[in-house]
Parts: sequence; structure tokens; C-alpha cells
Amino acid sequence: MTAALATSDLSIRFGAFEAVRQVSLAIRPGARHALIGPNGAGKTTLVNALTGSLKPTAGRIMLAGEDATHLSEAQRVHKGLVRTFQINQLFANLSVLDNVWLAVLERNRRTGIFWRSARADRAALDEARACLEFVHLLPLADQLVATLPYGSRRLLEIALAMAARPSVLVLDEPAAGVPAADSEAIFERIHALPDSLTLVFIEHDMRLVFRFAERITVLVAGQVLTEGTPADIAANPQVREVYLGRRGAHA
Amino acid sequence: MSNVIAIIMDGVAYGMLLFLSAVGLSVTLGLMRFINLAHGAFAMGGGYLAVVLVDAGLPFLLSLPIVFLAIGAAGIAIERAGIRHLYRRTALEQVLFSIGLALALGALANLVFGPQQQAIQIPSLLSGRVTVLGLEIARYRLFLIGMGAATAITLVCLFEYTLFGARIRAAVDNRRAAEGIGIQVERLFAVTFGLGAGLAGLGGALSVEMLGLDPAFALKYLTILLMVVAIGGAGSIAGSLQAALVLGTVDALFKYFLPEAGGFVIFGLLVAVLLVRPSGLRGRAA
Amino acid sequence: MTLLKDSGLAVGPGMRLPISGATTLLFAALIASGFLFPNHFALATQILVLMIFALSYDLLQGHAGIVSLGHAVFLGLGAYSSAILARAGLTDPLLGLAVGAAVPALIALVLSPIVVRGNDFTRLLVTLGVASLVYEAANRLRDLTGGADGLSDFEVAPLLGLFAFDFEGRTGFIYALATFFLVYLALWRVTNSPFGMALRGIRENARRMPAIGSPVARHLAVAYLLSGAVAGIAGALLAQTSRFASLDMLGFERSAEIVMVVTLGGNGHLAGVGIGAAAFGVVKDALSTVSPRYWQLGLGIVLMASVFLARGGIGGIIERLSRRRQP
Repeated sequence: MTAALATSDLSIRFGAFEAVRQVSLAIRPGARHALIGPNGAGKTTLVNALTGSLKPTAGRIMLAGEDATHLSEAQRVHKGLVRTFQINQLFANLSVLDNVWLAVLERNRRTGIFWRSARADRAALDEARACLEFVHLLPLADQLVATLPYGSRRLLEIALAMAARPSVLVLDEPAAGVPAADSEAIFERIHALPDSLTLVFIEHDMRLVFRFAERITVLVAGQVLTEGTPADIAANPQVREVYLGRRGAHA
Repeated sequence: MSNVIAIIMDGVAYGMLLFLSAVGLSVTLGLMRFINLAHGAFAMGGGYLAVVLVDAGLPFLLSLPIVFLAIGAAGIAIERAGIRHLYRRTALEQVLFSIGLALALGALANLVFGPQQQAIQIPSLLSGRVTVLGLEIARYRLFLIGMGAATAITLVCLFEYTLFGARIRAAVDNRRAAEGIGIQVERLFAVTFGLGAGLAGLGGALSVEMLGLDPAFALKYLTILLMVVAIGGAGSIAGSLQAALVLGTVDALFKYFLPEAGGFVIFGLLVAVLLVRPSGLRGRAA
Repeated sequence: MTLLKDSGLAVGPGMRLPISGATTLLFAALIASGFLFPNHFALATQILVLMIFALSYDLLQGHAGIVSLGHAVFLGLGAYSSAILARAGLTDPLLGLAVGAAVPALIALVLSPIVVRGNDFTRLLVTLGVASLVYEAANRLRDLTGGADGLSDFEVAPLLGLFAFDFEGRTGFIYALATFFLVYLALWRVTNSPFGMALRGIRENARRMPAIGSPVARHLAVAYLLSGAVAGIAGALLAQTSRFASLDMLGFERSAEIVMVVTLGGNGHLAGVGIGAAAFGVVKDALSTVSPRYWQLGLGIVLMASVFLARGGIGGIIERLSRRRQP
């Protein structure tokens, strides 16, 4: 079966520092795949290269069997590869609804239209509302993002990504900075995403990783240490060593 | 052949003037991330001050250090009063403030000195020509080249080998970390800004003889000063020197051999460099 | 602030006209000015040209977030294109307007790859450098542009074949007024279109835009092109109504002036920019004839102060007032 997302010997170097070293991954369609590793392991750098905001120094990125290495970030989005950000990247002075609406219009490639009113596109508005409904933000649709509680903004991150109708969704610490109770709610929504969607996520909270992931890749110092099922990873002595036996705590 | 060398000397002298006037702009952009479109006004201020001092009977050479200190002090005052509040503002707000400052200072010069060109009396020691290795060279050009070279060496030593320079480099690299280790970044910015302004003032004082001086000076030379920074890279002293010398020489050569090409070559050069290296030839991203 | 303000007048499903209080006032004042000051048609026309030019630059700076120090290039290109066309015997004013828009749009298309990339500083430099280049070119191509003397030996045919351009400038004023209304409505539509939304997105968070699939560079290039075309319309209008095209129309001072006008009027606020440009034109005419030096000094001081005092400009004040009225 063709992997939904794959890399071969992917390396990213900043000057003399090699942040990601010859990483080869293959993520099957519909997977729930976690990327874990201590701080500075190169996880976010890897995500940036996967989604195209960073050029890899060497190696290739394949999206559903097609070479995506040289596609721009926006082109990859239109091919179904979409991400969220560890630090919120929202349109703070727009309403919650307008944030998602804009994403829907970009997905539809409607934003080249400058001669018609945006309001005329009712279908796009309805779709934006549906995205907000999914993350339970519809009641806040008219509020400015700048006035939104932090946890709701994390959910809006996901709604923005969903508006792009991804086939592969990369979530960079979706619950970063959120209190434990709220992070449960966020992962509950992630769990409710359609099974056909391929999910790759970075997460530090091992409880969440072991509950939601079907496969786990452990990244250490820019390299893949090991990959396997949660049971494999839990039993791996090397992984235990990396995390100094502090499994279950914040790594 | 000797003709060509004389033109190149002219270009190098012009380049040194550009370097003196632009190096402060480069450092303020690299260090403070401040786009100062009024930097040419400091040069203009230096020019007028020198004219006034020499007219009052002060020897030209003695007026130079006074201009440097006075314009430097004025620079620090302006930095403290206005510019320091704009470091974290948008490029547009910096542009507006500094264009406003340049306009106001130009108008002020016009009100005080009138729209006419100013002349300055330079000592006989610096006027006339001197024969070096069989070549006739204007003494003033040699003087400019000497001043520029001395300033460049002093600045490089200051930045590379002194504690002050180390602090500036640390603050350029990572402002927060520099503050964390106890560097008083605010004061450092003020002093650096003053140094840049003082050097521009010095450059302006030296320019009067070669380029003339009128109230439009600040805006007339703004474009080429910005080009020095763009090509040399923001925050780089050696880059500014190289860029200034290249621009000065290219400008002089084309003005002589291909006057029809006029400004085209210089502006074409700018656009070409920015296409290939958006952060300048030696610069870090601004 | 929501993306689309509902301050418009609904005229049927999905259609709205941009008739907010400020806009109504602006339009009424413009029409009234023609009756109130029948001896000042030439000045009123020049101010309308400034207003159109300001609206064009607002699309670039206020909506697309690109600061340019060379926008007058498009004004000048529009003026020269229509003047050169008229000299060649094609004197129809509307044709001149169309060509005056097309030529700058074409130049903007060529320039957009270098303007769109890069940070604020390189954009300032590139626009300034290109402006200097075009200025030099216009200065050298004497046969085409008349060099420093400019072009004045051309005729303009009657508008629509009916209304001759009279000596008092009445036709010119009405022509400029009609053009202003059409440009205003067109730009209102552009800023409230899906494309206009994308521009807001870019200003709000340029980092996020590619991650929702937005071709950011293309959006900015289109904004640059549209803005260049509208500036060209202003330039063509200026050349036709004043029978003159000259170097100062593409000079640095015009470019710097329009940055100020748009910022003082209020970035991204069409009515504010329109009112700001009108006020600027009136005050400039009144003061610069008294003393150009004091005008420049005052302008400089106002600019410096505006950065600290009047953030949001006139448009910002209008917003605050209308928000207070309907909480």
C-alpha cells in the first residue's frame, strides 16, 4: 500500500548544525501516528520541512506516492497536506467565523476573485460554520479571535486546518500550553476526526500519546531512534533511557 | 591611463564620503532594526555646521571634530526624544517619522540658510594638486581617502576588539540574551545612534567641497546611502565600506565614460543585487 | 472588526452599496464643492486626482501591507501614456484613461516579482531604486517625454464626443468627479471581495496564509497590479485635465506625499483616505502658496507627531465615532 506521507533520508542543516538527520518515515493512510522525542529533537523542524515552510538540505518527501519535495507550502495544502501550529497562528483581528471562512475560500481557490462580493458565496460560509460546529466553536462565531480564551484558540487552529479539507493532517502539539482538562477536550475532538484522515501529531504528554496513537516514531537528536506500536515503544529500553524513566511525566 | 586613475581616485574619494555618511545607517538598521530615512539629514546638518564654523573663522580641520561631536550629541538627543520609541513599531511608522524628520530639517535649513548652494573655505594645505608617482591627484581627494580609511580602521577595531564592540555584536545577535547578561541595551543603542549620526555629520562636512550643499541634500543622497546599506548588508562595517567604494567608483567611471547611462547603472546594479541576494552582499537578513 | 462591515445599504439579496455615513458625507461634499466654488474647478479637479491616487496607494499599503517609496511612478506613467497617445492624434479622453491604466499595470506586472518578495526594507529600496530608474529614463528620453520641459502640446477631444473641455474646467471637474466615484465603488468592491479578504489575512498573519493554501505572492502581485492601474488612471486624468505631463508627476516627493496622505487618512479605510486626501489637498494649496518652506516644516512636524498621536488616522477616528454611536 502506498504511504499517505513518506520521507526518505530527509536531512535539514542550519550551518554546521544538523537539526534533522536522514529521517525516513512511511505513514499509512488513516494512521494515527505520533512523533515524540525530547526537546530539541527536531520534531517541529521536521514538520516544517514536511509541510514546505522549510527547504530540506537533502532527501525526498512523498505525498500519496507523488514527489512533493519541491512543492511550495500552499501547493502541498492543495494536495491535501495541512498542518496546525504549536504557537497559534490565527487572524487575531478577524472574527472566529471569518478566520475559517477565509480558509474555505482559499481551499476553493476563490480568493483570486476581486470583482464579486465575498458575501455572495453562501456555500463557503455554510462550510465554515460546519467546521466551527465540529470543534464546538459555533456559539463564538462572531467573536474576535483576540478576545477568545486560549483553549478555544487551540480548537480554532484545528478548525482552520479542517477547512482546507486535508487528507493528511499534521498537528504540532495541538494541546500545547493548555491545562490537562482542556487538552482532554482537544484530543477528544481530534479522536472524532474521520477515520479516513491520516493524522500525524507531536505531543509531549505521554498519557495522551499512548491513548491516541497507533504508531509512534521516537526522534532523538534529529534521528529516528525507533518506531513501533505503543506497546513496542513502552517496552523499548532505549526509549526509557532517553526519557530517564520519567514515562508519563512531561518529557 | 593616468586619466583613468584620476577618475578612479575621484570615485574612491566619493566612495569614502558615502561610507562615512552611510555606515551609521547600516549599523542602526542592523542593530536597532530602525529604518532611518532622516540619516542624510545628519550629514546635511554636519555640512551646514561646518560652513558656519569656518565662516566664523575656525580652521576647517578644527571644525571637523566639533561637527562630529555636535551632530553626534544631536543624534543622541533625537534618539532619546523620539526614535527609541519606534524600535518596536512597524516599518511604515519608522518611515513616516524619519521622512517627517528629514522634511522638517530640510525646511529648517531652507529657512535659516536659504535655498542657495553653500561653499566652504578649505585650507591651502588641502587644496591644489600633488604629484604622486608621476600622477597628479587633487590633495582634497587624498585627504578624503585617508579620512575614510582611518575611520574604517578605527570602527573595525572598535567593533572587533573593544568591550563596546563586543556588547554591540552581542545585542545584534540576540537582544534578549544580551540584556540577560547585564548589557544596558538602551544606552548602547543611544551611543551607537549618536556615533552613526556623528560620522554622517563628519561625512557631510567633508562633502561640501566635493558635492556642494543645499536644503535638498538630505533627500538627494538618501537613495544612494540606502543603496550602500542594501548592497553592503545591514550592520556590516566592512560591507558598507566595500559597497560604498564600488558604488562610488562605478558612478565616477560611468559619469565620465558613458554619461548617457547616467544613474541607470547604479540603480540597475541595486535591483540586480537585491534580486540575487535580498539581504545584501555580506549581510544577515535585516 | 469583522471582515465585512455591515454599514452598507442593502439593495436586494447579496448586493450592498457602500453607503456608510462617512462615504455619504464625502460624496455630498464633493458634489457640493462644484456648486460652492465655481471659480476653483482646476483646484477641485487636482484634489480629486490626489484622492484617486491615494485610493490606489491605499490598496497597496493599507490593504496589501506593502510600503512603497515609488508609487508616483504609476501616476507619472499614466500621465505620460495618455499625453503621448494624445500627441499621436488619439485624443479621446476615455481611450487615454484606458491606456493610462494599462501601461502602469503592465509595468507593475513586470516589477511585481521583485517588489513582492523580500522584507519591508528591501521593498522600500526596490521601489525607491525603480522610481529613480524610471525618473532617469523619463528625463533622458526627451523625444518621447519632453525631458525637463514636460509635455503640453496635445489636445483632448470632447468627453463622449459631446462635452468639450472648457477653459473654466467645469467638464474636467465633472469628468474627474465621475471617475472618482467609479474608482471608489470599484475599490470598495475589491476590498470586500474574496481577494480583499485574502489581503486582510496576509496583513493579519502572513505566516498562516500559505498553511491554508494561499498563494500569497500572487495575491500581492495582483494588488500591486490593480493599484498601479488605478494610479495610472489618476495620472491620465491629471494630464488630460491640466493638459500637462511632467517629470515631477513621477518624482520622489509625490511618492513620499502619498505615503503620508494614506497614513494620515487611515490605512485600509477608503472613506478616511478619501477625506484625508481632500483635506491634504486643500491645506497644501492654502499653505504652500503662502510659504512652501513653512508648509514643509509643518508637514514634517505633523508627520512625526502623527506616529505617536493619531494612530489609525482619520479612518480610525471615523471608526471610533461610529462605534460609539451604535455600540
